[in-house]
Amino acid sequence: MSKEKNVVLRMEDVHKSFGENHVLRGVSLDISQGETKILIGPSGTGKSTLLTCINMLTPPDSGKIWLLDQEITGSKKVNRLRQQIGFVFQDFSLFNHLTALGNVSIGLTKVKGLDRRKAREKALQELKQVGLEDKAASYPAQLSGGQKQRVAIARALAMDPQLILFDEPTSALDPELIGEVLAVMKNLANRGMTMLVVSHEMGFARSVADEVVFMEGGVIVEQGPPTQLFSRPQVQRTGEFLSRLSGLFGEEEEKQ
Amino acid sequence: MTFAEVVQQSWGPMMEGLQITIQLTFLSIIFGLALGLILALGKVYGWKPLRWLCTAFIEIIRGTPLLVQIFIIYFGLPPYGIRLSPLQAAVIAFSINSAAYQAEYLRGAIQSIPSGQMQAALSMGMSAWQGVLSIILPQALRRVIPPWTNEFIYLLKYTSLAYIIGTPELMGQARFVASRNYEYFQVYVLAALIYLGIVLVFSEVFSWIERRVRIPGFDYHS
Ligand SMILES: Nc1ncnc2c1ncn2[C@@H]1O[C@H](COP(=O)(O)OP(=O)(O)OP(=O)(O)O)[C@@H](O)[C@H]1O
Ligand SMILES: [Mg+2]
Repeated sequence: MSKEKNVVLRMEDVHKSFGENHVLRGVSLDISQGETKILIGPSGTGKSTLLTCINMLTPPDSGKIWLLDQEITGSKKVNRLRQQIGFVFQDFSLFNHLTALGNVSIGLTKVKGLDRRKAREKALQELKQVGLEDKAASYPAQLSGGQKQRVAIARALAMDPQLILFDEPTSALDPELIGEVLAVMKNLANRGMTMLVVSHEMGFARSVADEVVFMEGGVIVEQGPPTQLFSRPQVQRTGEFLSRLSGLFGEEEEKQ
Repeated sequence: MTFAEVVQQSWGPMMEGLQITIQLTFLSIIFGLALGLILALGKVYGWKPLRWLCTAFIEIIRGTPLLVQIFIIYFGLPPYGIRLSPLQAAVIAFSINSAAYQAEYLRGAIQSIPSGQMQAALSMGMSAWQGVLSIILPQALRRVIPPWTNEFIYLLKYTSLAYIIGTPELMGQARFVASRNYEYFQVYVLAALIYLGIVLVFSEVFSWIERRVRIPGFDYHS
């Protein structure tokens, strides 16, 4: 498991409960520089909770998380660390009162302290990266779901994060809009961005994931390269879940 | 006396009164907004004791008659060494009263902003305070304009209560004029018409502002 490459994110034995509900039951995970890991698992299994633990929106109860050599858990500079961790939400969560450009540049001015001109320039560049420079002046309500999510990705990119977390970035989208968002993400992965993506888009996982991580009941059941995990899962539960997924999403094994 | 004569005779004092009415309304709505904002933020984001304190203040003010509040401030405070002019007392009473109502409108507007907005703000490294200032309030303040317009109109009309402690606002001036010429009906109808005119003008102004700052394409009610 340990590669020579820099480990960007390291989680060690992370636990989180909501009252009686023990959601994360000891999760350990490493992500190296430039890696894309896809997190899959049944609903309610703690995937979103895991992501929000990483940026401390949901502080874990125990365990440790590092971003490069900085420990996130217990850090007093959470705001500083969050700048380095992009987060892309299922429902986009664009700032409704700001244009696409405003959404991308506000972090640069308010958090990074860039002056308006520089922030604008950089924001335009990021919008260009996701193919939306012509929508800079549009408000979120004037964009399609796919465009909103691309703006959200540009917003995350603008902060020059070490790592981007995606929580089911395409599951609120109409089927015909999923492709444009996945294409942007694939492009990011190819350019060496480090990403942790909760997604059940199997085709996407197969083509960009370095590893697929299967989580269930608050623990990581199995992880490995997509080809291995998809064709020869070592744990029975993984296989069951995967066949249920391909049934749902109509991938390959259509005949039973 | 014909109505025209009544108008001619009372126009001067009534306009002086109107000026004070407007002054009273604006001072009170602005102080009320400042205090209301603090109360609303305290109630939504404050830690428990502060939340409780803000709620208690709002409920006490909203649960007691405005006239009682005016009397407490104007007649009740002098024995404790706080002597206020009628206008000062009225501004303080109206500001406090309006703050409680504005706080509730603001709280509603703040809480109607989806929680994902704050989450997104925090995730990019903003502090909670920056999130409130740059993300939540700009949206909440837009949303609060319609109820806030109502509050403004209520307040404008309620300032007529200030005549009771001797503030020479529109209603006080109308009483003064009528007590001289005994044309009660015509003088008070004139006062009513002036209030109505002002209310209509400000309703228009605020709905124009609301349209001006509306977020393109965004429907709050969807
Ligand atoms: N803020 C919270 N307060 C209380 N319980 C929560 C909270 N957030 C999540 N939970 C609970 O934690 C469990 C895991 O939720 P989580 O959203 O992490 O699952 P998930 O794997 O992302 O599911 P899905 O695929 O449906 O998004 C669920 O039982 C959920 O009800
Ligand atoms: Mg989830």
